[in-house]
Amino acid sequence: MEKRKERIDRGIKVRSGDIFALCSWREMLFLAAPRLIPILGFLILPLLLGAYWQKVLLSVAVFALLAISWDILAQSGMISLGQALFFGMGAYASGVFNHYWGWHPLVALPFATVMGGVICTALLLPVLRLRGIYFAMVRLIIPLMLVRIIEATKIFGGTEGLSGIVPLPSKWLELYLVMGALMAALFGFRRMPDSDYGLVLKGINDNDRSVMNAGINIYWFKAQALFISSSIGAFSGAFMTHVYMFVGMPVFALDYSILPIAAAVVGGPGNLAGATLGAFILVPLSEILRGIGGLRIVLYGLFLVIFIVALPEGIFHYIQRKYHQFERWVEVEG
Amino acid sequence: MSSCPLLKVSGLYKNFGGVQAINDLNVELAEGELLGLIGPNGSGKTTAVNLITGFVKPSEGEVFYRSQNIIGWPPYKIVRLGIARTFQMVKPFYRLPAYKNMIIPLYSPRIKQTIGGKYGDRDAVALDLLEEVGFERDAFVAYKSASVLPQGYLKRLELAKVIALQPDLLILDELFSGLSLAEVASIVPIIEKLRQEGKTIIMIEHRLKELFRIADRVVVLNFGEKIAEGKSDEVMQSEAVKKAYLGAEA
Repeated sequence: MEKRKERIDRGIKVRSGDIFALCSWREMLFLAAPRLIPILGFLILPLLLGAYWQKVLLSVAVFALLAISWDILAQSGMISLGQALFFGMGAYASGVFNHYWGWHPLVALPFATVMGGVICTALLLPVLRLRGIYFAMVRLIIPLMLVRIIEATKIFGGTEGLSGIVPLPSKWLELYLVMGALMAALFGFRRMPDSDYGLVLKGINDNDRSVMNAGINIYWFKAQALFISSSIGAFSGAFMTHVYMFVGMPVFALDYSILPIAAAVVGGPGNLAGATLGAFILVPLSEILRGIGGLRIVLYGLFLVIFIVALPEGIFHYIQRKYHQFERWVEVEG
Repeated sequence: MSSCPLLKVSGLYKNFGGVQAINDLNVELAEGELLGLIGPNGSGKTTAVNLITGFVKPSEGEVFYRSQNIIGWPPYKIVRLGIARTFQMVKPFYRLPAYKNMIIPLYSPRIKQTIGGKYGDRDAVALDLLEEVGFERDAFVAYKSASVLPQGYLKRLELAKVIALQPDLLILDELFSGLSLAEVASIVPIIEKLRQEGKTIIMIEHRLKELFRIADRVVVLNFGEKIAEGKSDEVMQSEAVKKAYLGAEA
């Protein structure tokens, strides 16, 4: 008897007709697993890891936040090559609040998040009219310019930076705060792209003149997306200031601009979960390769190329597709 | 014509570098009128629309809508006043399904309050509007991605996006171009219906035969200047129009 493979896309919908799924534990688990796994992972992972990998986890969460922040902007048609601006603004804001005014980290952190968002949005308002590569180039230049300004004017400690920043009260608070923030960003904005509000942002990405023609002020919407994105980025920067107990010119480094883009692209652009997954793959990968020495960057680059060539849609989109597909062998009448 | 025209364009000039795209354009439009705007390629028809809708700033001149000078206003404010246009080159959101394309005009502040705000409410309105312009509900065309729709549907989508805004003045930029006779025949009733609802319409067209059947009045442009204005058959008798369309020898 001959057999062939049959594939059902979105099998759960076919099988459940929306109602049945609530009657069966198996189906419910199938639907809930994609939400439960990350939540449980975020809760349990810090407990299982050693001190070194806990630090790596912090870094993963920070880059995941930056990648989410990048993805929200990209979905609204603003390709950014300078996430370091958001990161650095938040980092300096929190550093200044703590160093000069002596604010407690738990007070400085939320204020720096909002202040960073406000300052970045205000700074970028004049260039919101730019599209595509022009916007990206301006974004690339601004953090580099800020580094030189700090160097030349010697404000906020100049090249020395501000050291002796008060850390967060405990290591566990650190871990769960950043994990909580990551979950809040991931699950809070997950549905945004499909909401009517998110559709307007997507529309701006697709065809901004057509959105204008619907009587919508696109600059107002772009500014809102920019504020959401830059606040998320500023939080990650402010958080790192208290982890390193130092803030200085490296916060505007290119790493914070490029790595989030790599994470979002490898993980699956256009989806916040993809951006998170990308960070969870790339940052630990970079740590594992650390032992190799000089050729580390080469290998790292090679992995990036392999991911992008093999799964151009992004790892997350691939997993998502496969998760909802059912394959089985059926007999063919010959 | 009533004493206060709905739209009054007076002394409009626009030059792109050395090219005089619009040269002293004066047009008045009464409420409920259907005005045809015709002319050879490059005569400035689309530029005139871009000037009225704020997408291009004029070099000189004024545009009054209900006695309000709207020159220099950004496009989104002009739309909120009640002037909506289609684009000659259709501008759908290619990444979205057709009915999700409609959500963006339905999200416009102009009509946001009139329909429900909950997630999914707008979808129902969108599907109704699309059915009106000929997206057959049974065939699920409205659920298809805009990137796979044929030109005929894209033009209808463009029209539906404008109708969704419930404007008082619709400017349709070459709605019929690229469509088959059958498709044009199916869109004409939609336009007739809009007229019955009291909408004022400006149509830019190269398909003169179809236009002349429905237009009250026609304005002919050539090299940015108005060379004729009046009833369609009178206009086509004019020497200047024949010259513009057929060349100097005709």
